[in-house]
Amino acid sequence: MNKERLRRTVMYAAGNNPGLIQNAAIYGADSVIFDVEDSVSVAEKDSARQLVYHALKSLKFPCEIGVRINHISTPWGYKDLEYLLPAKPDYIRLPKGESGDEIRDIDKIITKAEEECGFEPGSIKIMVSIESPKGLRNAYEIASASPRMIAIAIGGEDFAASLKTEKTRGNTITGGRELYVARSMIVFAAREAGIQAIDSVFSDMRDEETLINEVALVKELGFDGKSCVNPRQIDIIHQVFTPSDKEIDYAHRVLNVFKEALANNSGVIALDGKMIDMPMVIRAERVLAIASAAGVYQKEESI
Amino acid sequence: MAKLLTAAQAGTVESSDILIMLAPAQAGTGIQVELVSPTLQQYGEHIKNLIVKTVASQGIQDAIIHANEKGALDYTIEARVKTAIQRALGERGF
Amino acid sequence: MINAAGREIPTSIQGYKNIIPYAGPFATQPSADARKAGPKLKAIYPGTNKLLQSIEEAIEASGLRDGMTISFHHAFRNGDYVMNAVIKAIAQKGIKGLTLAPSSFLDTNDELIPYFQQGVLVGAQTSGLRNKLGQFLTTNKIGTPTILRTHGGRVRAIESGELKIDVAFIAAPACDTYGNINGVDGPAACGSMGYAMVDARMADTVVAITDNLVDHPICPVSIPQHQVDFIVKVDCIGDPKGISTGALRLTSNPRDLQIAKLAAKVIERGGYFKEGFGMQLGAGAASVAAGKYLRDVMIRDKVAASFAIGGIVGPFCDLLDEGLIRTLFDVQSFDARTIQSIRDNPRHQEYDCTFYANPWNKGPMVNKLDYVVLGATEVDVNFNVNVMTDSNGIMMGALGGHPDASAGAKCTIIVAPLLRGRLPMVTDAVQTISTPGETVDVIVTDRGVAVNPKRADLIENLKGAGLPLMTIEQLRDMAYELGGKPAPLKISDEIVAVVEYRDGTVLDVIKRPLL
Repeated sequence: MNKERLRRTVMYAAGNNPGLIQNAAIYGADSVIFDVEDSVSVAEKDSARQLVYHALKSLKFPCEIGVRINHISTPWGYKDLEYLLPAKPDYIRLPKGESGDEIRDIDKIITKAEEECGFEPGSIKIMVSIESPKGLRNAYEIASASPRMIAIAIGGEDFAASLKTEKTRGNTITGGRELYVARSMIVFAAREAGIQAIDSVFSDMRDEETLINEVALVKELGFDGKSCVNPRQIDIIHQVFTPSDKEIDYAHRVLNVFKEALANNSGVIALDGKMIDMPMVIRAERVLAIASAAGVYQKEESI
Repeated sequence: MAKLLTAAQAGTVESSDILIMLAPAQAGTGIQVELVSPTLQQYGEHIKNLIVKTVASQGIQDAIIHANEKGALDYTIEARVKTAIQRALGERGF
Repeated sequence: MINAAGREIPTSIQGYKNIIPYAGPFATQPSADARKAGPKLKAIYPGTNKLLQSIEEAIEASGLRDGMTISFHHAFRNGDYVMNAVIKAIAQKGIKGLTLAPSSFLDTNDELIPYFQQGVLVGAQTSGLRNKLGQFLTTNKIGTPTILRTHGGRVRAIESGELKIDVAFIAAPACDTYGNINGVDGPAACGSMGYAMVDARMADTVVAITDNLVDHPICPVSIPQHQVDFIVKVDCIGDPKGISTGALRLTSNPRDLQIAKLAAKVIERGGYFKEGFGMQLGAGAASVAAGKYLRDVMIRDKVAASFAIGGIVGPFCDLLDEGLIRTLFDVQSFDARTIQSIRDNPRHQEYDCTFYANPWNKGPMVNKLDYVVLGATEVDVNFNVNVMTDSNGIMMGALGGHPDASAGAKCTIIVAPLLRGRLPMVTDAVQTISTPGETVDVIVTDRGVAVNPKRADLIENLKGAGLPLMTIEQLRDMAYELGGKPAPLKISDEIVAVVEYRDGTVLDVIKRPLL
């Protein structure tokens, strides 16, 4: 559980834009990604790389910082790793991941860089975004390809495009139906591999209502967080992913009842007429852990 | 020691950025910097020195630089200068 | 000598009155035998015609002579035509050596520079300076040092007799044939006449200049006929587009919104957010946006404000209509929505600037503030605020009601980004103190929030509110680390302006920068 940290929001900042880079971390996102991939034009890939490198080396950030490199099959991917690993990002985000081999390849490169730079081995992690049916088929393989893996994400727009359809708003129950199955499969793969699942960006800045619905849906599906590109989305996403006072209270009571039952050696545990079994206890612990990390709950002695 | 092959530029005049325009110069010119900045009094000296230091650290001894900055922090200045140099050395990274 | 704000003040300044150094926000009181000053007693009998044919005629009739003091109000903001036109006419008459003491200068007053150069104007006393005029008065010596006063301080100076206005020229959006004035009717409607009210009741001679002359009597009356000597009708006294801005659009700048969010949180958790609280919000982007976040909390917690003051903007009028604010006191109306509201809503009250902020009366409105949110050009580790000079030491801002509200409010919140470009906004010492740190409680930046260590109560209340709390020194260090410490400005020894605190004491001096 040690490598797990709060990643309710993962915010992107275009890597060639100093104004965005130096301000990305002030809005309270749990994780920030400096992007040298899709938000940077081909002509400026070299510029962006230098800027991100220097930003990582010179500035202090209050949260985790990842770098989204170009895929290693592009002319820039390996160079991105070569340039940027010495700047010690917290993780590398690989877009359009399709196989475990890619991850193992990157893992080796990171290991070598950590050695050469004297970084603690294993300190640089990997996050992968799945954006195609092939990637989805290999999701578990990708998620478990390296101990550096911390999360897999779904890249909604690209995924929908690869299905030769478009990302739709859908209805409040299923969201965009084209992503329905893909989202769940990502969660299955992530959970089996013991890592986090991150949902994709919601790009309509003006439609707050659909955003809230989509976040609620993906939380229900089991995602740990959602990517965003605009600070305005951060509060909304946090609100959905952060346990409410009611949920915290309930979790607390579940754990108390459980503790009592253990102490008294009673067989069946009940709360408010409902039977409490192990999955519920584990869930309650998780709720309190998230609430504590989010700063809305003061952890007492461990139960 | 490296020799610049061509003129090159990097960066933009957007807020928080700096536009670096770099041109090769005859041996013995040294590193000359012309700076346009909204905070010339407060940071002019510092920025010019930073540009010279960065150019020198890349092994360049002679260059003419025109810089137009819009509130760029040091890390941005260093990055843009290095990118301009790489481009002037004929390396584009792709 | 060093004053109570830690600034070096000379024992005397040529062209300026006897210096009393700043001694604390409430330390300097009127002397025991002081009395309120007043205009000359005059009687105008039935049958007198006040209407004159031209500005020139009015200048003559007013008896304006060399060396006198004239004033104007700035409720027309950048849409004012009157100040420039009147001074041009005065110059053409060959009158010289005047002191110009408007309630403030705006961008449009660059036209006045030649008159300072020619000696038509030899002194300026104002709340603010902008643009080229600000640049000019910072870098040139005119007859006397420019005196900068707060809104409340200007009224105090006038009512105590320190600033004696010989002729006040009042741009009047609506004026009847006997001199009753209001600000809500007419093409140049500007809303509240709060600043003009002071000049009208205290100047020896009052000239109303209008483009909207109506039959007597007007309704409502903001400035009464018995204060007005002469009336002049002209074609156009101001540009509506400059007078009132269109609907205020909420900023979309994410940094301003972040600052606004944090400021609203400080208000919510500071300890004074209870039913019936009183507030003032500045007109800057972050301050106005703070109002929007605050509204959500007010609705959620069912807490209404008993009043709001300051320069009034549209969003406040909406809160008034919603019942989230019970009444507005308006000394300056910024936009069309506000002008409409002050005209139509009886709970939106116009008031005299003395009522707003004069420290030497029996209690101005600022005394009742719980919260005020204001902007700043820079702040320092002693919580001093600068809204007056820019990073090159040039006068380009206005004291306004900033120091007044800060002194009165139980919790003064200053909002500013930590860096502007690469310039740190939190520094070791501000270039010019416009509001002393003793009256400033919380600094909210996009990267951190600092509470004045003297306010243990606020520090206690704000813990656990989810705010990025840190010391002001940590904020300064962060700012210097990011932007680098700027090289100090080269400043000469020549004093070009005096910053007066509300009570007429000298808070700081502005010297000519060496450019």
